[in-house]
Amino acid sequence: MNHDSLTPIFLNACLVNNFVLAYFLGICPFLGVSGKIGSAVRMGGAVTFVMLVSATCACGIQAFLTWINAPFLKLISFIAVIAATVQVVEMFIRKVSPALFRTLGIFLPLITTNCAILGETLFQTNKGYGLVQSLVFALGAGAGFTLALTLMAGLREKLEILDTPKIVQGAAMTMILAGLLSICFMGFAGIGN
Amino acid sequence: MSAPESQTSEAPVVKRPGMWPIYRSVVGIGLLCGFAIVVAFEATKPIIQRNQLAFREQAIKSVLSGAETTKAFRAKDGGGFEAAAADAQGGDLVFAGYDANGKLVGLALEASGMGYQDIVRMLYGYSFEKQAILGIKVLESRETPGLGDRIETDPQFLKNFGTLDVSVTPDGSEVAHPIEFVKSGEKTSDWQVDGISGATITSRATANMLRASSEKWIPLVRSRKEDFESK
Amino acid sequence: MTDQTNNPTAADEFLKGIWQQNPVFVQALGMCPVLAVTNSAKGALGMGLATAFVLVMSNIAVSSLRRFIPRQARIVTFILIIATFVTVVDYLIQAISLELHRMLGAFISLIVVNCLILGRAEAFASKNGIVRSALDGLGMGLGFAMALLCLGVVRELIGAGSVFGVSLLGDRFQTWVVMGLPPGGFFALAGWLLFFNWRAEARARKAAEAEEATS
Repeated sequence: MNHDSLTPIFLNACLVNNFVLAYFLGICPFLGVSGKIGSAVRMGGAVTFVMLVSATCACGIQAFLTWINAPFLKLISFIAVIAATVQVVEMFIRKVSPALFRTLGIFLPLITTNCAILGETLFQTNKGYGLVQSLVFALGAGAGFTLALTLMAGLREKLEILDTPKIVQGAAMTMILAGLLSICFMGFAGIGN
Repeated sequence: MSAPESQTSEAPVVKRPGMWPIYRSVVGIGLLCGFAIVVAFEATKPIIQRNQLAFREQAIKSVLSGAETTKAFRAKDGGGFEAAAADAQGGDLVFAGYDANGKLVGLALEASGMGYQDIVRMLYGYSFEKQAILGIKVLESRETPGLGDRIETDPQFLKNFGTLDVSVTPDGSEVAHPIEFVKSGEKTSDWQVDGISGATITSRATANMLRASSEKWIPLVRSRKEDFESK
Repeated sequence: MTDQTNNPTAADEFLKGIWQQNPVFVQALGMCPVLAVTNSAKGALGMGLATAFVLVMSNIAVSSLRRFIPRQARIVTFILIIATFVTVVDYLIQAISLELHRMLGAFISLIVVNCLILGRAEAFASKNGIVRSALDGLGMGLGFAMALLCLGVVRELIGAGSVFGVSLLGDRFQTWVVMGLPPGGFFALAGWLLFFNWRAEARARKAAEAEEATS
């Protein structure tokens, strides 16, 4: 059992070990979606929401697997639960709030293969977090993901009006910017201690 | 989990073939997969356990130079230590190392804590004779190569160990001088850990881990030295 | 797939993944492990081979079961199959080298969500025969491993002055520690992408010049 207190967990997940910029999780949407600030924030919201739901499920599964002593089923059950969670969340939002569904809808299927979600569930069980710690960790990870996506989108919006050489356009430029952002986030090291 | 999965958004478009083939394939493949995983797990389990024990054995010998054989001990509830099985797991284990003549060289104890990025677990050697920490070996770390792993490679930092003083107070109840961390080059006393410039956070974390663990364990093991002497 | 119309040979299926459709440099798939574990050449090679193994095995499994899987259940069964092989590879790595397993950590499990593997299962293995699918998986997997190795060698050489733990640049070389840190992953990948862009640009210019000369 892990006894870390909640504030360091949140700060570590959000800033020090930012999922995108330090663990490289969720790079695909980071490169693909982050063209506009609005859609970046919505994508971040959707990921955070799914993270919270799947963190809760993962806590339950981990307890169950420990109880039946079958640790080797961890990965396969986590990924199945995440896929199912995304489906259920999609159906639920479509029923409850069609307006929200229209803004989030297209992002939801993408989330199934978003490594940030699976990564979050794996890290929380590796660290032995309890339910409350897991939820705070998921919230921090989601906030960090949203932050990185939004920062990147802001930079890209500015980049569009710049005159850059042809060979750095596209993915190469995004990578350089991400590297610089990542250096900035390294400055947060140690605040979670 | 098959229920929500089978109702993908394509369901209304395709002529409904009935749910049976879907259940059949998902459940069938699920069973096959489960079977494959169990086979792989059972087949590799003995090898993995052997690897882990060999790794631990090697780590113990590396922090207790001169040790030829090792033995695991576990803290008893009422104080004192009892021999544990060689393949025992857990954080409350203490390992004793003996030289070729069966004489106690020292103990290997575990310390863990938050490093620069993630949890670091390490083993350190303790010598009864020198009342000092002999060496450290990182067991688990996701620290960055080039920075965090310098606690294992930096020659200046490794000089701290061998003489790092953890002697106990005369009544034996606590460590006389808790381990302190100082910046690189400012070490004046034997109980201070000289940091690595450029990897300050990890080296400070190492010193903190060692202090916490030594304050907890050293008085305990010191009072029960006879438990570890080989018969 | 466009290349199915002109009946590619088996060798073509194998080679396309290594060069023309290299998963990392050309298709930009599976970026997460590409950046995370390439701070040493050894980790990069281990991760590349593990991914290649999962890719080949899941392609074979999907291809041989493709008539048995209805369309609606496709994604979930593919993910189940991939997760199985990833779990197997996780235990295999632990059995082969505990040190490598400690180096790769949770990123082995994250092979499951590597979009490359699900992508090949969906786009190729579910439509083609077993041998072709295996070759496709092998080519793509080796292409992926090669790309990882390219990054790993560069990052380890500049970041620690060594390759596969063998010191090459000597003690006088002041290592660029940042290349071993997360930002270095982004910079190394950016460097390789720039290199490929520059080559494509140079080739296009040469082709244009040749056309001008002939006309």
